[in-house]
Amino acid sequence: MNKTWNNKAWFMVLPVLVLVAFSAAIPLMTVVNYSVQDTFGNNQFFWAGTAWFEDVLESDRFWEALGRNLMFSGIILAIEIPLGILIALNMPKKGIGVPVCLVLMALPLLIPWNVVGTIWQVFGRVDIGLLGRGLAALGINYNYVNNVFDAWATLIVMDVWHWTSLVVLLCYAGLVSIPEAYYQAAKIDGASRWAVFRYIQLPKMKRVLLIAFLLRFMDSFMIYTEPFVVTGGGPGNSTTFLSIDLVKMAIGQFDLGPAAAMSIIYFLIILLLSWIFYTVMTSGDETA
Amino acid sequence: MLELKDITKAVGGATHIHPTSLVLERGSLNVLLGPTLSGKTTLMRLMAGLDKPTTGSVWFDGKDVTGLRVQDRSVAMVYQQFINYPALTVYENIASPMRVKGADTAAIDRAVKKAAELLKLTPYLDRTPLNLSGGQQQRTALARAIVKNASLVLLDEPLANLDYKLREELREELPKIFSESGAIFVYATTEPSEALLLGGNTATLSEGRITQFGRTIDVYRRPSDLLTARTFADPPLNTIALEKRGDGFAIGGKPVLPVPGHLKHMADGPMTIAFHPHHLAPAGRDDSAALTVRTAISEIAGSESFVHVEFEGNRWVMLTPGILDIEPDSEITVHVDTRHLMAFDAAGRAIGTAG
Repeated sequence: MNKTWNNKAWFMVLPVLVLVAFSAAIPLMTVVNYSVQDTFGNNQFFWAGTAWFEDVLESDRFWEALGRNLMFSGIILAIEIPLGILIALNMPKKGIGVPVCLVLMALPLLIPWNVVGTIWQVFGRVDIGLLGRGLAALGINYNYVNNVFDAWATLIVMDVWHWTSLVVLLCYAGLVSIPEAYYQAAKIDGASRWAVFRYIQLPKMKRVLLIAFLLRFMDSFMIYTEPFVVTGGGPGNSTTFLSIDLVKMAIGQFDLGPAAAMSIIYFLIILLLSWIFYTVMTSGDETA
Repeated sequence: MLELKDITKAVGGATHIHPTSLVLERGSLNVLLGPTLSGKTTLMRLMAGLDKPTTGSVWFDGKDVTGLRVQDRSVAMVYQQFINYPALTVYENIASPMRVKGADTAAIDRAVKKAAELLKLTPYLDRTPLNLSGGQQQRTALARAIVKNASLVLLDEPLANLDYKLREELREELPKIFSESGAIFVYATTEPSEALLLGGNTATLSEGRITQFGRTIDVYRRPSDLLTARTFADPPLNTIALEKRGDGFAIGGKPVLPVPGHLKHMADGPMTIAFHPHHLAPAGRDDSAALTVRTAISEIAGSESFVHVEFEGNRWVMLTPGILDIEPDSEITVHVDTRHLMAFDAAGRAIGTAG
């Protein structure tokens, strides 16, 4: 049998390959390159093997930052997912309220990260901020610059304010796709409000919730701009997340090798956790 | 016994149900027959208590239940869409109405197994509804309705989303499945043939009004008005405006059809004569009347042919067994079975129907 080969087809995918090479593969390989070598600038490189990886994995600094990341993501998810579901459940299904609610919900999503950070940074300032002054007037001693708890609370409230809408919109999309007949059937059965939620709404929202969960996890795990703008990683190192630490190490201290090794570890952690979440959350689906 | 007393339903400015009174007996099968948007579903929602009538009252076994919430009544409903709890197994789905009522496990198990047996679901009890075919999903919904053991069972076009074969199969089983429960059955459908196959009683609906209610076969044979006759005909009823003159019906003074025995008692004058498409045939009996018509289109549907013809400006359909290959726009002779002619006056009231 004669098989004709036509390699011209490769030209079709060439633009994509070039684009992906420049946007992902080449930067990633550069990082890999740095992570296994030592350099003092002036283009002199020395082979370092896995030394940087060992350094990073043995440093308390890394594990503490990772711990902060996990804690932050955990708190964010624990608040935003239930709150998002709750708001979505209470949003109107028809009438003028629908567009009003949707626009209100979409507003925070349209604001860039650093602007959100700046808004809250000013909002919370104890000298001129509305929140800072307001809390002080109420007799609450609030200062995100020197109090660890206040710094964390500010970041969490800020993230909840910024991103709960995303969960709401996704859940709402899942909810409105449920035919009216399901609710009628449940009503005829005499099912309680909780049973309707547990056995109709939640299963029907499962897929969008999975997406919301993954998006919010990955995004909050990569948090950088907000703490950078608001707290700068402080007070002390209390809000120094992996990303902030990474930038400090790479640009502040110019430790390119350890920073590159840390980047790769950071990337692998996100990949691994996302895969675990996805596998666990879709394992309930039967395929029979 | 379910009684609707002068109920109406208006939503916004639009009237969905005009004043309606209806009495449904226990153990009876009642078909609501009407086209889409004729008010079948609205009427069912009123019967169930999902909606409150704007005026009038609903009585069950001599008690006024108008304001009673649906969960406090004994109602089961099956929809056109296959409605089951998506995350529960077939077993748990069927069991759900009893679980809500708080029945004990052994009783639930017995009822579920019995219903599953009846609806041929026994092998699928451990599956979730999404892993079932459409027919099995609807069987699950039906089993839920059986297990509930309600005194009013509402079936809202339950077979409309199933394919032809499954529909035939389930339609045959349905009356048997529910017959022993002694409940009131209400079955909504858009198809006249379905009403005839189910038997029982039929209420024909048109634009929010019940035009007639009675034994299915009586409503079909002796419609009280033209609207009922039209609702109960598929393909559409054939009609023609004629004038009765002694022993013949004439159009513009020209005689067209003889007056059959069962219509002889009517007074002379103008009237609308109607007959079903299957009473028009290419070949006739001795006592049928021959007419020359012009053909428009011929559609062949399996073992039947639908021939659209024109006679004196009236568009008729001839439904005939076998495959009829007819040239469009040609003149053919057709035969009207005059024994089945129906006559209506100018207001649409029946003045003569089949005996």
